[in-house]
Amino acid sequence: MSERENILGRIREALQTKAPLPGSHTAGGSTTHAISDSPAAQAREWLPLVGATPVEQIALFAKNAADLKADFQPLASRADLKPALLRLRDAENWQRIASHQGELSSLAANALGLPVLWTDTGYDVQAMEQCDAGITECDALIAQTGGVAVTSRSAGGRALSVLPPHHIVIARRDQLVADLPAAFALLQQKYTPDFPSMISFITGPSRTGDIERILVLGAHGPKKLTIFCV
Amino acid sequence: MSSFVSQFKAAASVKTADLRHRQVIRTALRSYEVVRDKRKASFQSWESARQAAAETKWEAVNHLDTHLEALTAKLEARGTKVHWASNAAQAREIITKILQDKKARSIIKSKAMTSEEIHLNDALEKAGFTVVESDLGEFIVQLRHEPPYHIVFPSMHLTRGEIKELFQRELGDAPSDSPEDLTMVARRVMRQKYLTADVGFTGANFAIAETGMISITENEGNARLTAALPKTMVTLLGIEKVLPKFADLALFLPMLATAGAGQPMTCYNTMYSGPRQAGEVDGPEEWHVVLLDNRRTELLADPEQRDALHCIRCGACLNVCPIFRNVGGHTYGTTYSGPVGSVITPHLRGLQDWKHLSNASSLCGGCTEACPVKIDLHHHLLHNRRNASTSEPAFFERLSYKAFGLLANEPGLWWLAKKIGWLTQPLQKLVKGSALDPAKAWTKTRDLPPLPQETFKDWWKNRKPTQP
Ligand code: SF4
Repeated sequence: MSERENILGRIREALQTKAPLPGSHTAGGSTTHAISDSPAAQAREWLPLVGATPVEQIALFAKNAADLKADFQPLASRADLKPALLRLRDAENWQRIASHQGELSSLAANALGLPVLWTDTGYDVQAMEQCDAGITECDALIAQTGGVAVTSRSAGGRALSVLPPHHIVIARRDQLVADLPAAFALLQQKYTPDFPSMISFITGPSRTGDIERILVLGAHGPKKLTIFCV
Repeated sequence: MSSFVSQFKAAASVKTADLRHRQVIRTALRSYEVVRDKRKASFQSWESARQAAAETKWEAVNHLDTHLEALTAKLEARGTKVHWASNAAQAREIITKILQDKKARSIIKSKAMTSEEIHLNDALEKAGFTVVESDLGEFIVQLRHEPPYHIVFPSMHLTRGEIKELFQRELGDAPSDSPEDLTMVARRVMRQKYLTADVGFTGANFAIAETGMISITENEGNARLTAALPKTMVTLLGIEKVLPKFADLALFLPMLATAGAGQPMTCYNTMYSGPRQAGEVDGPEEWHVVLLDNRRTELLADPEQRDALHCIRCGACLNVCPIFRNVGGHTYGTTYSGPVGSVITPHLRGLQDWKHLSNASSLCGGCTEACPVKIDLHHHLLHNRRNASTSEPAFFERLSYKAFGLLANEPGLWWLAKKIGWLTQPLQKLVKGSALDPAKAWTKTRDLPPLPQETFKDWWKNRKPTQP
């Protein structure tokens, strides 16, 4: 018999005896009420509160992003994107950037007047490591957490959003969702049944507290995360 | 006494007297409690969230076979190779074989307690592979050749000064003792390792049956890189990690972050559903997922303690435990320490050898209260004590209860024992805490209360009847 069958066999045998429901202390007893098919379905009612209007949500996103030490820049129009990016380029003296083809990401990458490493048809990892910033699009901005959701399909692969020292996200205003349940619902609806092989919720720039629990940014991933919303 | 007990006692006596250790742990955890409470308070209802999380885990664990079958079918459909390991030896063998087939030499690892559980690093190094831990805390303890101190904060027992010395000695690079500088040293060292490693190895925090995904939670980005750059990826996870639905993560991710470190969300929460797919630009060509039993099914077979498999390894119960904070993580001598370790280790590694852990508790219940998935931890410590004494009653305990029964049933003998006790107690003072003291285990660190000259019975008999 394969180990798979051995393990599944042991599980089935163990489950012959019912366990008490969570919260009851009696052992071996039978369940008094069935638990719902999806106990976490109402998570929205218990998670941190999010205002109903777009204005409240964008304000909450801005506050949460600031707490996480991410830089959030809502822009009035697409035309504002170029000057904002140029300011970053000059302040950090970028020489080379990496990006992927996309309506917003291409617009941003081409605006900089720098050599661009495009990931779309494969790329050299050492070359990406030399880039000063990685520019990606995303799937959602989440007001509740101040984070963004990206996937290997929407953000130029797995490495682009984590290897260069500065991650720039270009998002559309209508990508802002209220909370985590909304973000999961959106991803599920958008991608079922063919999910990208990686989905990542990025909540602030890379960090560690492993030395005396003191916060340091840029442990392995980006030291900086800038989110533009147009 | 089993050697595990004596080791535990010896290590615990050293650590409890170590004021420096106490100071370091206290400092490390002080801000934890403040930020965690603030985070918990931001929930509309932390209690309802806990109940839902417990029920979700209950559903997952009590239909584990169906969920595992769904998970593996989905994973395999997208080209992932799934392996099953009944025990640690099998898991090591499977992983070693994958590495040999790939002719791999260097492995970059992101944090995985399951790999500690099966002593993977030792086995791989013996087989000639180079293994580098990429999580900063894990990297630090790997350089010190010691196991992680805590399941979430592996190096919380070390000061920046000690880490600076370590880096100086082992890496020849430590510009200062600032956490910022030290982190950057590790970042530099690790960058090249990522780019050249043949295999990336990860653990997992959750697996999703509905969509066939593995979810990894981390702050540093090291697991993201581990799963992005090397050509082959290997993931080892316990069979209990499965959750039924994709949307369950919307509840579990913020709860794990809140309970574990007082964060709204951990920095990177990433779901993987396969190796690099057609049309994708990077990611591993091959992905192997190894499902580990290693006696989890024994815990499953105990309905009373089955909920211990709900554990999401957040570390909250360790952080609040007065025993953990005083004896320290290494004293346990187990992969999983603190209250949850004391509950599950007797199941995973033998009740009689590890029953002492369930006695190392004040039963304050702080762990149960802290647990985001409502595991009845402190009752399980009692269950372990009960199970240990019914399966192998201690001889002296039985004898002393017999003797007590005899005395308590005979008023004459009881009276005599009291008188003898009262007369001889002053003598006990002379030998207090020494080898001659019959009550040594108690009196070594405490005083015995003096037996009263007049007992309650005497007082009752002699009292003056109050006048009406
Ligand atoms: S037992 Fe509960 S509190 Fe302890 S680590 Fe597991 S989930 Fe966290």
